[in-house]
Amino acid sequence: MTSGYAVPAGYAVPAGYAVPAGYAVPAGYAVPAGYVVESSRAETRDTVTLVLRPGRQPIAAHRPGQFTMLYAFGIGEVPISISGIAAGPELVQTIRAVGAVTRALCAAEPGQHVGVRGPFGTDWGVGVTAGSAGVEPPGTALSDPAGKDLLIVAGGIGLAPLRPALLTALAARERYGRITVLVGSRSPAEIAFTAELDSWREAGADVRVTVDRAEAGWRGNVGVVTQLIGKVDIDPAATVAFICGPEVMMRLTARALSALGIAETDIRVSLERNMRCGIAECGHCQLGTVLLCRDGPVLDYARARPLLAIREL
Amino acid sequence: MTETQPGGTRHADGPFLMDVTALSQLLGALEAAGYQVIGPTVSDDAIILSELGSAAQLPFGWGVELAPGGYRIRQRSDTAAFGHSAGPQSWKQYLHPPREKMWSVDRSGGEFDVVPADEPAPRRAFVGVRPCDLSAIGIQDQVLGRGEHAGSRYAARRAGVFIVAVNCTEPGATCFCTSMGTGPEAGPGYDLALTELVSDTDHKFLVDIGSPAGADMLAQVPVTPAGDGTTGLARSAVAQAADQMGRSMPADALHGLMAGSYDAARWDDVAQRCLTCGNCTMACPTCFCTTVEDVSDLSGEHAERWQLWDSCFSLSFSYLPGGSIRSSDHSRYRQWLTHKLGTWHDQFGSSGCVGCGRCIVWCPVGIDLTEEVAALQAEARQAEAQQAEAQQAEAQQAEAQQAGSRTPGARAGGEQQ
Ligand SMILES: Cc1cc2nc3c(=O)[nH]c(=O)nc-3n(C[C@H](O)[C@H](O)[C@H](O)COP(=O)(O)OP(=O)(O)OC[C@H]3O[C@@H](n4cnc5c(N)ncnc54)[C@H](O)[C@@H]3O)c2cc1C
Ligand code: SF4
Ligand code: SF4
Ligand code: FES
Repeated sequence: MTSGYAVPAGYAVPAGYAVPAGYAVPAGYAVPAGYVVESSRAETRDTVTLVLRPGRQPIAAHRPGQFTMLYAFGIGEVPISISGIAAGPELVQTIRAVGAVTRALCAAEPGQHVGVRGPFGTDWGVGVTAGSAGVEPPGTALSDPAGKDLLIVAGGIGLAPLRPALLTALAARERYGRITVLVGSRSPAEIAFTAELDSWREAGADVRVTVDRAEAGWRGNVGVVTQLIGKVDIDPAATVAFICGPEVMMRLTARALSALGIAETDIRVSLERNMRCGIAECGHCQLGTVLLCRDGPVLDYARARPLLAIREL
Repeated sequence: MTETQPGGTRHADGPFLMDVTALSQLLGALEAAGYQVIGPTVSDDAIILSELGSAAQLPFGWGVELAPGGYRIRQRSDTAAFGHSAGPQSWKQYLHPPREKMWSVDRSGGEFDVVPADEPAPRRAFVGVRPCDLSAIGIQDQVLGRGEHAGSRYAARRAGVFIVAVNCTEPGATCFCTSMGTGPEAGPGYDLALTELVSDTDHKFLVDIGSPAGADMLAQVPVTPAGDGTTGLARSAVAQAADQMGRSMPADALHGLMAGSYDAARWDDVAQRCLTCGNCTMACPTCFCTTVEDVSDLSGEHAERWQLWDSCFSLSFSYLPGGSIRSSDHSRYRQWLTHKLGTWHDQFGSSGCVGCGRCIVWCPVGIDLTEEVAALQAEARQAEAQQAEAQQAEAQQAEAQQAGSRTPGARAGGEQQ
């Protein structure tokens, strides 16, 4: 009945605190919008890219690095990054089958319905124009790295959320300096988007791939992705790095780049925690001071490092 | 909003005095205005929250004895209706229910029709809301009902609530609201606030008005303006309660203490006692965490999504393929305490603890967070002292070395040789 409830005296909101500027749960955030699987493409043995067409109403526009909550009918809902850029209102999402929900999503056939909520979270900053600067959470400065060299480092399925950032940069090639893509994978058969690597090269990116385990016929690099860092020419002062992959890989990569002299604020990582809601109300995605669905998943390393340094946080 | 009654402006200021009969009439007026009246009542040897058919169901003459891991109701020597402190439940039961449907979806006919659960949000009157619990409602409002969550089911339920708060004059043995700045006097957010004044011959309530809706409601019951004497008596009883808290907490330093305590040895100590049962999070009036459950019917055409309370003490809470992030008991107790007292500030701009003491009372092994905080503080002080000592020793050594280098003879026995 009381309107305009004031936080009690002892609970005065400190001056420095603000819900991240521009953080707003899109209308209809609580219930999924129906989308129809338009096409399904197998990327690897266990990974599928779905193109989803909105049923009645599309979700709000998204930015590279954001994710949605994808719902498999009656089974469950999981966070999945947007992995591509569609010309229209379609969503491109790449899913690796690891459990009940992701298996069901990977098996979804054209014509089948899935539920979509979102888009949620912070983005990589690539292509973010001045007008949308309000999307940035406080404490990070995820601005568009215009004029800078872009260094994209992916481990496994981590390439999926990085792909729209890369495609955005390649579509405005002259806006950036050198664009380098380093991809690490367990084996050659597990590299996603293999068919596209050459087109990225043609569009002006230096793309290098390494595998943990070589197979017959593999003539490329063998070893972890951090080893590729030594093989490319990096100008630390002019580089902004984007990293996504298993947490250890992100930590080792960020450490190596930091040792080269790239500022921690110029290293961006996309973190992963259990997520049930995507809208800062279930508590599952907490990582110490941050809610990763609201303040992340993309954080700069100055903010992420102290959080990742605490075991079992 | 209740229509303004004739003479409603009579109650523009206050405070007022109301007797027990008028309390009964107030509850009746709330019911007549369409509110479901909820308040404390005795059931199964506890004072629980329940829908009240009449004021007679209030726990007149009952108090509670609270201790770590212990709760007992006792007969009071007087007939006070609100002479008890926090019970096993809190108002979040009603505003943020333990289990609720979120939406359902139907795909028969080749469509994907999502229907949000639209339980009509009942208009409820919460009677007997303690100051700590009023703050807890404010904190959950911040997390679940404001700004970006303005359209949530929580917000809809919250919007219909009328709050009759009760100032505390007799804190429990596990209470520490004074430390947390939430009591014993109710802060803003109530529609009406009562201070119970009970003696052998008299049973009255001082009533403060906190909102226009409160004024409208009070206009419907017989009250008299309170004289300075009675008002002073009531105010000083509440003020005195501030010094009678059974527990205390170093409120100012908590946020920083938590941020600096991630590596404390005390977590291992408490982890040996903690059963990770999650009772503390269920009893806590601000814990908001939830998980979801997806179900579908046999036809496979109809599915539902339900929301359930969850606790950071459960292993599945932090599940990721490859293992839960917080797999040790140590890390889960640490999550609870550091979230309540520390990172809540970073995430939501306030503390997540209101000092109600429920987590102490309802912990099966009697873990007392104020004791854990004191131990963490002692550990931090010790570490600081050691550091200062080490720095001093270092400085002395450096000084001695410098002095030594000036006296060649002194170098003979030095390590440099
Ligand atoms: C921001 C973000 C973006 C992601 N993007 C992608 C992507 O683009 N492609 C992709 O294949 N995977 C992605 N993941 C991981 C993906 O969400 C998990 O693989 C998925 O939740 C596993 O669910 P499951 O039911 O199939 O597996 P199970 O192991 O059966 O999981 C059970 C439940 O635990 C939770 N859970 C399990 N793993 C994760 C996880 N890694 N992250 C969060 N919650 C989890 C989910 O609620 C899940 O339903 C992303 C995760 C996050 C947090
Ligand atoms: S203490 Fe645990 S259950 Fe309570 S709000 Fe924090 S994370 Fe959620
Ligand atoms: S502190 Fe007590 S109530 Fe909380 S999980 Fe541990 S044993 Fe259970
Ligand atoms: S996913 Fe629920 S709070 Fe972030």
